[in-house]
Amino acid sequence: MSINHLRLRSALGQAGTIAVTLLGLLMLTFIIGRMMPADPVRAIVGEEASPEIYQQVYLQLGLDRPVWEQFLRYLGDVLTGDFGTSIRTGKPVIEDILHVMPATMELATFAILIGAGLGIPLGVTAAVNKDRWPDHLVRVFSLFGHSMPIFWTGMIALIVFYAGLGWVGGSGRMSQFYIGMVPDRTGFLLIDSLISGQFDVFASAINHLILPASLLGYSSSAYITRMTRSFMLDQLGQEYMTTARVKGLSRGQTIWRHAFGNIRVQLVTIVALAYGSLLEGAVLIETVFAWPGFGQYLTSNLIIGDMNAVMTCVLIVGVIFIALNLLSDLLYRLFDPRTK
Amino acid sequence: MEKPILEVQNLCIRYNGAPVDAVRGVSFTLGRERLGIVGESGSGKSTVGRALLRLLPGARVTADRMQFEDLDLLGLSERQMLKVRGRRMSMILQDPKFSLNPIQRVGHQVAETFLRHFSVSKAEAKTKTLEMLAAVKIRDPERVHDLYPHEISGGMGQRVMIAMMLLADPDLVIADEPTSALDVTVRLQVLTILDGLVRDRGIGLIMISHDLNLVRNFCDRVLIMYAGRVVETLDARSMDQAQHPYTRGLLAAQPRIGGPRQPLAVLDRRPEWKEEPAQ
Repeated sequence: MSINHLRLRSALGQAGTIAVTLLGLLMLTFIIGRMMPADPVRAIVGEEASPEIYQQVYLQLGLDRPVWEQFLRYLGDVLTGDFGTSIRTGKPVIEDILHVMPATMELATFAILIGAGLGIPLGVTAAVNKDRWPDHLVRVFSLFGHSMPIFWTGMIALIVFYAGLGWVGGSGRMSQFYIGMVPDRTGFLLIDSLISGQFDVFASAINHLILPASLLGYSSSAYITRMTRSFMLDQLGQEYMTTARVKGLSRGQTIWRHAFGNIRVQLVTIVALAYGSLLEGAVLIETVFAWPGFGQYLTSNLIIGDMNAVMTCVLIVGVIFIALNLLSDLLYRLFDPRTK
Repeated sequence: MEKPILEVQNLCIRYNGAPVDAVRGVSFTLGRERLGIVGESGSGKSTVGRALLRLLPGARVTADRMQFEDLDLLGLSERQMLKVRGRRMSMILQDPKFSLNPIQRVGHQVAETFLRHFSVSKAEAKTKTLEMLAAVKIRDPERVHDLYPHEISGGMGQRVMIAMMLLADPDLVIADEPTSALDVTVRLQVLTILDGLVRDRGIGLIMISHDLNLVRNFCDRVLIMYAGRVVETLDARSMDQAQHPYTRGLLAAQPRIGGPRQPLAVLDRRPEWKEEPAQ
């Protein structure tokens, strides 16, 4: 009873923290938006409009009211589920985002699978062979991934693998030829094409996805590798590793059966964070590959000062990070008996 | 004399990058008996233990002879060593707080030794594990089996460690400071359990310790190590007849209850002891 009571209290406390975080995030973005030199009225009415029309729209948007009043009004709208209309596209912001988000999610999910799938084994290898040649090799490899500008590697990769070797598709989510052929159900091209049984579209989508996802994956694997290496090094020096060896386990067995379990928790956290920043949108890669994703959407709206869209994007990024944090907290409890 | 379990001659160990050997010319034999190795920190006693198990990755180990039953320990490949560790020779480590894997259930960790060396089902290994937990005087093996290391006390943790290391019925157990991390009150209890099992099963025991009284009570013979060398080998019962000034110094530095009180002797450490031949 009392334990349940405590759990409830801590859950409520956590919900409170989340609400305050999101509110703060919105407030900050709102104020920054109002201070930006962009003129939303001009963006709506255009350069040629008369001062009367300008004034009318100005009043319509409530820009004559104090900033805090504007913010409260906006907050009320958001709480009732109205995120406003995008000036640039003329459509409700939510509709726009539902359209771009799946593209980014596809890209980010593949990228993180590649990044973690590459980074974790490499990190473990480096740690196990500390200061020997595999360690140095891995370090150079991940240093490259970390330090090369991704728009540059993106272009080089396009030149080599698309234009040169022709192994992969070029820019966009699929070949021009297929555009419009798959009915939009979930927005996830891979899923939609499978549902409608158009496997050639699916293949084309994979073909287009694989290069940008690999590049993003490589760049996030750099971070994951380095963290895995240092987590693993901590565990390798632990006494329970000696115990396992004394029992007759080989070095490999002690690493995967004993040490790896102990770094799982930390790995979950960093992979979740890396996934979060990928979901936020890889603006540069999306631009180089003409990928109609979240990052591009956010950036192009930011540039013209389309604040309804920008605010919603920021809110979504906030929610993504909070959700991933919660998820890794939950996994923590699952993986580490000491947290119970 | 019966055939010894272990014969070590002129064992030398040097850690990579170290200017001098950590262990220099150590020789001893071990039958089905309890041998204590005593020395201060850095005397090389733990290093000897780990060298026997060939678990010193960053060190060069040489010896004229390192014979364990029918095996030449120095000549074995790593693959062959895997069959020796845990099965024929094992080691009890110092502190169960660190020597048990924090995220695995105690029973699982104990059973792993058995599963590693015998092809049996998990259920059989569990039965064996529960028996062994009972043998180290854990009253409720079923319950303890499913606990995590942080949920048990240090004394119980060390009994779990003993169970884990004796489960595959080895011929030689090295106990590396097995009670140093425990409360004084449970030390004796844990040692009595270890002692009983070692005697009943006819296991050779090497007890590494810095505690003279403990070694005197639980061992048959004692090696005194100083600066990487064995300076004296004694019968545990006749320790008071020690000849070497270092051993005498150690004994004199022991506080006693009762009698007239005098300042305790300060341990003398003479450089020439480092070089004189071992006795």
